[in-house]
Amino acid sequence: MARTDIGPPDFRTMLPEAIKKNYGKWLYHEILKPGVMRHVAEGGGELYTVRVGSPRLVSVDFVRDVCDMADKFCDGHLRFTSRANVELMTPKKENVDGIIAAARGLGLPVGGIGDCISNIVHTQGWIHCHSAATDASGLVKAIMDELYDYFTEFKLSSKLRIAVACCINMCGAVHCSDLAVVGVHTKPPKIDNERLGKICEVPSAIRSCPTGAIRKNPDGDGLVVNRERCMYCGNCYTVCPAMPLADPDGDGLAIFVGGKVSNARKAPMFSRLAVPFLPNNPPRWPEVTAALKNIVEVYVKHSRKYERMGEWIERIGWERFFTLTGIEFTEDHVDDFTTATETYRSSMQYRW
Amino acid sequence: MSDTPLLDKLEEGRWPSFVKEIKRAAKNNPAARDLLGIVELSYKDKITHWKHGGIVGVVGYGGGVIGRYSDVVGKFPAAEQFHTMRVNHPAGWFYDTKTLRKICDIWEKHGSGITNFHGSTGDIILLGAKTDSVQPCFNELSEAGFDLGGSGSSLRTPTACVGPARCEWSCFDTLDLIHDLTMTFQDELHRPRWPYKFKIKASGCPNDCVAAIARSDFTIIGTWKGSIRINNDEIRKYVEKGVNMKADIVDRCPGSALSFDEKTSVLSVRPEECVRCMHCINKLAKAVRPGTEKGAAILIGGKAPILRGAFLSWVLVPFMEMKPPYREIKDLLAKMWDWWDENGRNRERIAEAISRIGLKEFLKAMGMKPLPQMVKHPRSNPFVFYNR
Repeated sequence: MARTDIGPPDFRTMLPEAIKKNYGKWLYHEILKPGVMRHVAEGGGELYTVRVGSPRLVSVDFVRDVCDMADKFCDGHLRFTSRANVELMTPKKENVDGIIAAARGLGLPVGGIGDCISNIVHTQGWIHCHSAATDASGLVKAIMDELYDYFTEFKLSSKLRIAVACCINMCGAVHCSDLAVVGVHTKPPKIDNERLGKICEVPSAIRSCPTGAIRKNPDGDGLVVNRERCMYCGNCYTVCPAMPLADPDGDGLAIFVGGKVSNARKAPMFSRLAVPFLPNNPPRWPEVTAALKNIVEVYVKHSRKYERMGEWIERIGWERFFTLTGIEFTEDHVDDFTTATETYRSSMQYRW
Repeated sequence: MSDTPLLDKLEEGRWPSFVKEIKRAAKNNPAARDLLGIVELSYKDKITHWKHGGIVGVVGYGGGVIGRYSDVVGKFPAAEQFHTMRVNHPAGWFYDTKTLRKICDIWEKHGSGITNFHGSTGDIILLGAKTDSVQPCFNELSEAGFDLGGSGSSLRTPTACVGPARCEWSCFDTLDLIHDLTMTFQDELHRPRWPYKFKIKASGCPNDCVAAIARSDFTIIGTWKGSIRINNDEIRKYVEKGVNMKADIVDRCPGSALSFDEKTSVLSVRPEECVRCMHCINKLAKAVRPGTEKGAAILIGGKAPILRGAFLSWVLVPFMEMKPPYREIKDLLAKMWDWWDENGRNRERIAEAISRIGLKEFLKAMGMKPLPQMVKHPRSNPFVFYNR
């Protein structure tokens, strides 16, 4: 029987020598070129990092490939970032070009540091998830193909962080990203009343609805959903498998913009709705990639130095954002959730 | 004619392709091969082909494995059971290649050979184990020094930014703290017992590289007291290199705390006006550093929209020393979990319980004094429940 409750390996056993030696003693760092930075420690110790993009969903052979790179150039150590990039680190400056060449040899992009688009944080989608409204890995691949040069070159006023969630559960917590793509359902759950009684706790299913849209069927067995009140959140489906709401025609994508988590300059902020609905169009989602490309290009053209997407939009105002991007402002953009009134304008300060 | 014409389209283009990766695994693994078939079908039907849930696990744990069954019966037998194992990563996602290769060997032997490095929980995700393979795979992972991560209504795998391992700005040892908390709360991590999930993330400075303020119920973000440190010899070098101190640094300071004397090239700060946002430090890394009295703030409640709307965490403890054995933070966690267990409803995150019951009541239960640092502004309504 396996040992339990042993926890993960101690990270200290996983650190390369150059880091052990300078742990907590770093003085500063500088970004040398796209995907490459240099950290300098008290006493002059140096560490070069090369950041490499990955598809996140990988075979064990991919992991072995990056291990081969680390064995050749990095003393047998590497790390991953919270955005699923691979970081290859070495105290030897002369190894940097070798790492870059090896990464490119494997077809992997080098970049994602500084005023770039980094890798996309995302969820599982059709690879694994039961509540997905769309795929995640496929969307990410299509988006990064379109925005590839923003990963490998400095073309932006600031960093730009993209996230993809395949439903509004937002497992990747995409709600504070510069650009967020979210799978949405637009049809209420289809109740299978025959299975319901066998596999669901009916009171829990009723209570799971945040808007009180689910009630007992007044004319017979099972449950009914009040379509008017359903906001397609899927919480009922999570507690009751007999209420699926995925629908090939109803499901689509929404785009939220302008969120951030860093405190630099402006405080952290949520992403806000820019595009309420685009069709779910695999395998390459052309409507989604075109909409994102448009927003990025308008941002590049109009933002000032250091301005994150949300800071730019705050400066120019949302009304100008819609004008400049050509995105139509619709009734879907007007908030009607419980905290909605905070979003209505109570001033004479607006633009045309 | 290919069996996967739609997925094949995702092998095109410059960004590395996950389809190529699944195909690599599929060369000698039937589960990976059948996964391709199931996902191709989703691309065709525009709907997921994974059924809801299924209880699968290892002996002694209530979480760490996500049961998953396909709804396509008979056609793709090798991927009909396709469970996920979450494997707790070492803090900071550092590895030596010997260990990584070991994980690869174990996963190739017991599963589909398809993984995420890493999932959005922070764990190593092993995608696609059959029910009978889950326990033997766990046994070997455990032999290799690994353990499962959290899932369900438990403590989820805590995560940390790169911290003092490779960052000059980290105001405490994020890696040591997260490793310590993970080891201390193994029981809470493996055996779900709460109203819902609970996430802990630690970032070493207000840049918040692991998005702790948005993605964790219990958010730890490094900060400092007192003045930032400015080295004006280095400031002069930045000016010589063409940095516009007034436009790019002073005018962008959200606290209006900086001044720059053009004649002497001296940058100065009024510390009481600084909000420690990191802008000047980020842009002038050689010249400006965080203060020396370092610690962290504790914020509570960050979560995605389900169910009562998304929250960014709220400031609860504006400054706490963050040194081993981390008694104060552990006591606070235990006290919070007790309160939440007592007051939270089923599937109610701690922030939702606080917003329903009131921050005022929560502070009382925690034995905390209200502080102006906790709010953006005081209430504007007169509906006070006076208690005098």
